[in-house]
Amino acid sequence: MQIPYITEERPDTGLTNSKLGIWVFLASEIMLFGGLFSAYVFLRIAAPEGDFAYWGSKLNIPMATINTLVLISSSMTMIMSWASLKMKDFEKYKMYMGLTLLFASIFLVIKYFEYTGKFHHGIYPSSSTFMGIYFTLTGLHMLHIIGGMIVMGYFWLPFGNKMWTTEPERFTNRIEIAGLYWHFVDLVWIFLFPILYLL
Amino acid sequence: MSNDSHHEENFLQKYIFSVDHKIIGIQYGITSLMFLFFGFCLMMVMRWQLAYPETPVPYIGGLLGETGILMPEIYNMLGAMHGTIMIFLGVVPLAVGAFGNYIVPLQIGAPDMAFPKLNAASYWSYFIGGVIMLASFFLPEGAARSGWTSYPPLSIFETGQTAWLIGMVFLITSSLLGSMNIIVTIVQLRAPGLTWFRLPFFVWGQFVTAFLLVLAFPPLEAAAVLQLMDRVAQTSFFLPSGLVYSGAAVDVYGSGSPLLWQHLFWFLAHPEVYVLILPAMGIVGDVIANNTRKPLWGYKSIVYGSVFLGFMSFIVWAHHMFLTGMGQAMSSFFQTTTMIISIPSVIILTSFFISLWGASIRFTTPMLFALAFLPMFGIGGLTGLPLGVGASDIHLHDTYYVIGHFHYVVAPGTIFALFAGIYYWFPKMTGRKMSEALGKLHFWPSLIFMNGIFLPMFIQGLAGVSRRLYDGGQSYAHAQDVLQWNEFMSISAFCLAAAQIPFFINIFVSMFNGEKVGRNPWQSTTIEWSAPSPPLPHRNFENQVEVYRGPYEYSVPGADKDFSPQTEK
Repeated sequence: MQIPYITEERPDTGLTNSKLGIWVFLASEIMLFGGLFSAYVFLRIAAPEGDFAYWGSKLNIPMATINTLVLISSSMTMIMSWASLKMKDFEKYKMYMGLTLLFASIFLVIKYFEYTGKFHHGIYPSSSTFMGIYFTLTGLHMLHIIGGMIVMGYFWLPFGNKMWTTEPERFTNRIEIAGLYWHFVDLVWIFLFPILYLL
Repeated sequence: MSNDSHHEENFLQKYIFSVDHKIIGIQYGITSLMFLFFGFCLMMVMRWQLAYPETPVPYIGGLLGETGILMPEIYNMLGAMHGTIMIFLGVVPLAVGAFGNYIVPLQIGAPDMAFPKLNAASYWSYFIGGVIMLASFFLPEGAARSGWTSYPPLSIFETGQTAWLIGMVFLITSSLLGSMNIIVTIVQLRAPGLTWFRLPFFVWGQFVTAFLLVLAFPPLEAAAVLQLMDRVAQTSFFLPSGLVYSGAAVDVYGSGSPLLWQHLFWFLAHPEVYVLILPAMGIVGDVIANNTRKPLWGYKSIVYGSVFLGFMSFIVWAHHMFLTGMGQAMSSFFQTTTMIISIPSVIILTSFFISLWGASIRFTTPMLFALAFLPMFGIGGLTGLPLGVGASDIHLHDTYYVIGHFHYVVAPGTIFALFAGIYYWFPKMTGRKMSEALGKLHFWPSLIFMNGIFLPMFIQGLAGVSRRLYDGGQSYAHAQDVLQWNEFMSISAFCLAAAQIPFFINIFVSMFNGEKVGRNPWQSTTIEWSAPSPPLPHRNFENQVEVYRGPYEYSVPGADKDFSPQTEK
């Protein structure tokens, strides 16, 4: 007996197993970042007047703005790669998925320069509470980016995407699920950017 | 995946790195029982020190240093690890990992869990977390010493905390993967005809529990990450400005808040209480219905009650924090929600009691454990009410009263229910019944000695004896009148350990020599009993199961036998 509802939807719930699974997973991710965001709010209230604003002004807003655009673009190419599979165009899928990976790498490179720039100025997580929460939140977000890149890289490389020839529908679903995760990681950054850089 | 049963599997694939939910369930079961036993042994060492302070511990004293006396640092270590191991490595993996994995797919007529590989990943992540926790005893700095609650600022200065935090991250990952899987399995893989209100109460208990784990654990993970940063990157999320430790000012930026940890920690740890109790209630519900030969009374109110319980458990966490000075308004809010959350628990417990009314009860071993659960959990729950009200909590906070309260919920409550589950489903797992005589020899002494340990704690706590005292209160004036209980409690604990010997003998003897049984030895109605014993590898049932009726149709008027299985038309 096979496990049912891997590619076809269960009639009464209208979901495949993995679609429901990723939403439950994202719910827990929201609680993880929600916990950290509330810690940020709590610490900001507890901090001396102007402390967060002072340390926040040391962050590099142009770099973060570029990174925001880069991540939003990667979300778009992610959608396009899934849409290409839906239209049975595997070559286009490879291109858009490659672009997504490229954007993700650009994000990491820019983040690397941001981090090392801070270290050169002697700014570390221990420098202040704001810097602590900045490095923790962006670091955890970067781990999510790297995790996403590993999964997407697997689906991009030949040994990961050979499922396209055997079970194309299931492979398309996998890209959709990976995409939902990727949009979530993007969304987290959309929240991180204003509260860390702009506030 | 589920369809590869046609090719031969070698030993490693079949029993170690299996993706079959039944094997993983048994792996979880064996590992967590060993951790439960280990956690209990840690406590027995501590109880020796409490009963006979500063005398060498017999038999294992050599492990504790040259004198054989349990020193305060190690006492703290054992205390912290006892709590951590019992909760995160013992009871939850047994209730959710073992029973959830093994029974839920069978009770909903599914061939396996929805994500078999994630299921295996969940077990191995738990295993790694457990190894890290155990290994931390052998690190030069030793295991964690700041209690299972790990309150900062002390936990940040105490050695051994880093390994604890890393171990916790693995355990949280494990429970996240496991509970995700349970939710998807229950929603998606129910057999045709198995509507929501035809689910056995055990499945409902697991379903609500899985939601609690998915939503409550991540904030603790967030808190663990922050505390890890405090320890390894010298941040000061939980360290206020101007902190002095061991006579020297602490060199950190400051402006953090220890209260933040308490909020994040209890946001997990209160729902965690319901994670401990809901699967237990599920087992008790099934066992009671089966052994009273009656439908469970008020099935729908029990289900609604457990869902409401799950929801409310997210907004009561600060009743652990009345003494932190968080303010009148906050305290009033959390007192109110705490009083409200006792209502669904009472509904569930009352329904179980009424289910017994007028029944011709079969006093089998699982039923004895399930029956003992009711008053024991009742005592645990009712003694919690004074702790939920600020005024009385000020006196009782951090005393042995609290220890007695939550041990009544978890030890003779949850663990008794888990024993009931083991005796009840053992025939399904092995095809053989456990010995009833040995089972009763296990039950009665366990019941007596459990009460021998925990009942005097209320007396000591009301007298004002603080928890976590290395000498059990010898040096405290207000503890002098209740000191004599220490020895009584310790002897009860040692006897309780002896009372578990019949249980272990029973498992091993019954596995090979127990009475052979067919599919349905208890004449039960739920779906797992229509599968062979043990169920087929990787598919459970010979054919697709179809469900025609509710979960507890016992003694249906006009039926030719006193149980009508869900799978029979």
